[in-house]
Amino acid sequence: MDNLLVADNICKQFGNFTALNNVSINIPRESIFGLLGPNGAGKTTFIRIINQITMPDSGMVYLDGKPLHPNDVGHIGYLPEERGLYKSMKVGEQALYLARLKGLTKAEAKERLEYWFTKLDIKHWWDKKIQELSKGMAQKVQFVITVLHQPKLLIFDEPFSGFDPVNADLIKNEILQLREEGATILFSTHRMESVEELCDYMALIHESNKLLDGKVSDIKRAHKTNTFEVGINPFEESQLLEELHSNFKIGQAKFKSHADDLKLRIQIKPTESPNDLLQYLITKSRVNHFVEVIPSVNDIFIKTVTKNE
Amino acid sequence: MNNLKLIIQREYLARVRNKTFIVMTFLSPLILVGMFSLIAYLSMLNNSEKHTIAVKDDSGLFKGEFQNKEEIDFIDVSAISLEDAKLLVEEKDYYGVIYIPDTQDNLQLAKSIKFFGKEAPSIGLLQQIERTISENLTTRELIARGVDITKIESAEAKVNIQIENFQGQRTSKMSSYIKMVFGGAAGYLLMMFIIIYGNMVMRSVIEEKTNRIIEIIISSVKPIQLMLGKIIGTSLAGITQFTIWVLLGTTLLFIASSISGLNIMESQPQIENLEQVSNGEIQQLIIDITNLPILTLIISFLVYFIGGYFLYSAIYAAIGAAVDSETDTQQFMFPIILPLMLGIYVGFFSVIENPHGTVSTIFSMIPLTSPIVMLMRIPFGVPWYELAISIIILFVTNAGVVWLAAKIYRVGILMYGKKPTYKELYKWIKY
Repeated sequence: MDNLLVADNICKQFGNFTALNNVSINIPRESIFGLLGPNGAGKTTFIRIINQITMPDSGMVYLDGKPLHPNDVGHIGYLPEERGLYKSMKVGEQALYLARLKGLTKAEAKERLEYWFTKLDIKHWWDKKIQELSKGMAQKVQFVITVLHQPKLLIFDEPFSGFDPVNADLIKNEILQLREEGATILFSTHRMESVEELCDYMALIHESNKLLDGKVSDIKRAHKTNTFEVGINPFEESQLLEELHSNFKIGQAKFKSHADDLKLRIQIKPTESPNDLLQYLITKSRVNHFVEVIPSVNDIFIKTVTKNE
Repeated sequence: MNNLKLIIQREYLARVRNKTFIVMTFLSPLILVGMFSLIAYLSMLNNSEKHTIAVKDDSGLFKGEFQNKEEIDFIDVSAISLEDAKLLVEEKDYYGVIYIPDTQDNLQLAKSIKFFGKEAPSIGLLQQIERTISENLTTRELIARGVDITKIESAEAKVNIQIENFQGQRTSKMSSYIKMVFGGAAGYLLMMFIIIYGNMVMRSVIEEKTNRIIEIIISSVKPIQLMLGKIIGTSLAGITQFTIWVLLGTTLLFIASSISGLNIMESQPQIENLEQVSNGEIQQLIIDITNLPILTLIISFLVYFIGGYFLYSAIYAAIGAAVDSETDTQQFMFPIILPLMLGIYVGFFSVIENPHGTVSTIFSMIPLTSPIVMLMRIPFGVPWYELAISIIILFVTNAGVVWLAAKIYRVGILMYGKKPTYKELYKWIKY
């Protein structure tokens, strides 16, 4: 597989505390990669190592097949979780400064800022000071600054915290578009639902160890439990329930519906086919709802973490 | 290198555009000159208050002895009685009456002279009157005892020891005084500069931390680049401010003195003492000033300024990185201020007493105090090798301290939430 970033056996200790223990992660080119983990798992340390803010104790990071070099900061765009800007500096001036630190010339930076500011409709902020903007507005500016130098690798640490839903959606679409244009995106979060929405690949870090990684769809498939949620209107309820209980593992289903159905969660054996179940149910009841329960990333996360404790 | 230049530029502009900076830059000289002018004006007011003193001289020995001075008029009231003289003084609002009784014995007379007045006269005035009377009576007593007064006058030897060092340079007591003033001023200035601009560096580091922009920046540049850029940029702002102060201060002082018609320099107490200095000595004074190693002093000021400022700013930057807010810096400030104060005290007590003594020499080698103490010693002439050793020690230490500070800085800027202890700082160095 063609990986843009390869992190090989990264270890990092702070005093007696192990922040990362032999973590290896491969990020495929032009994908959105979700780095998951609870607070304090080591996500930020890992990201800081990629950004060369922190040096690993052992292990190597390769970008584009070559070991990471100080000049690679120009190929990486980083939006940290703890982000802010100079309060008393003007928006335009500040954006120019930060873009030039990434190696753009003044003219280049100005041209691209023009493009982005127009695109996000924030051009009239140019001469405003950051302290005059709201938090969400400042975050938009930070987003522009992160992507301005057209990095190969974009790293977003909790990108949606602090955004209102409208702007969060706007930024989400920009992120998707950036991937279309060839960028690879590393996306760190402890909010699982955003991973489900956006990510192609994911890795799970817990207490300094990588617990699992891979394609999101593969992981989900591997974690599926052959469970189906059904909403039925049985012809003979007590008899049906009895039969079901003797043949399957039955649980309570929690989905919502407007019909006054009997809601069940039915687990079949891996060898059995869902078609057989459906056929059986049709003969005994009116079926309003029949859905395979696909484990959410959240479920996988909790399951994996508890399994490892 | 390009990034360092960008950072220096930003830091410089951020300092210089700051409102407080602008206000302080242009207001400070105004305040200073205003203060000087006020003091000068007040002391002129004081001096211009003309006193009239009545002299009731019953002995008749002092006719014409009390010469009218700039601030005192003497009038002779010997013709009327003492009571009338007192009334007259009160009525005309004179300053007072000197009463010299009619006693023929000079020594007896010396003890019985009195001054009557609404209030006690100033010490200066009293001393003046006492001197006039004392000289007169002493001369009289000498003559009365049959001493030839002209012989005494011609025999008087005015002593002014000529000091000459082995290089044949002539100096004087005056010149030591001048050296003290120049060295002291240079040392003091350096200390102020270190404290003011070191603090600025620290505040700017804390600002970046609390703004949370720090991580964005260090994903583009190395922390040490940011730290150095900050220190250099701030020092340039300091130099700018200093230059403006000097230019503005000189201009304003010149304007103020020409408007008020005052010679402000004269109202300064040190110079007042020199009033009695004869012309020859004033020439010597000018020679002394020009004899000072001015060029060495300026060059060393710059060298020690760079060395000292970098040393302390690096420490200030590390402290700024270690804490979350300015209130947390207190516990770390003491170790910074202590050596600076020590430098100043050693300078003012030890260097002036004995510029080449053991204490002065040692403290002009210790890098934390050497910028101040050595600057104070330089006007007294410091052998070149001592200067060289001191500067080498300073810059070697500097490199070490900047390196250590950068390590603390690198870790500290990403640490939030807790006030670190010295032990933790030590641990950070090893990360």
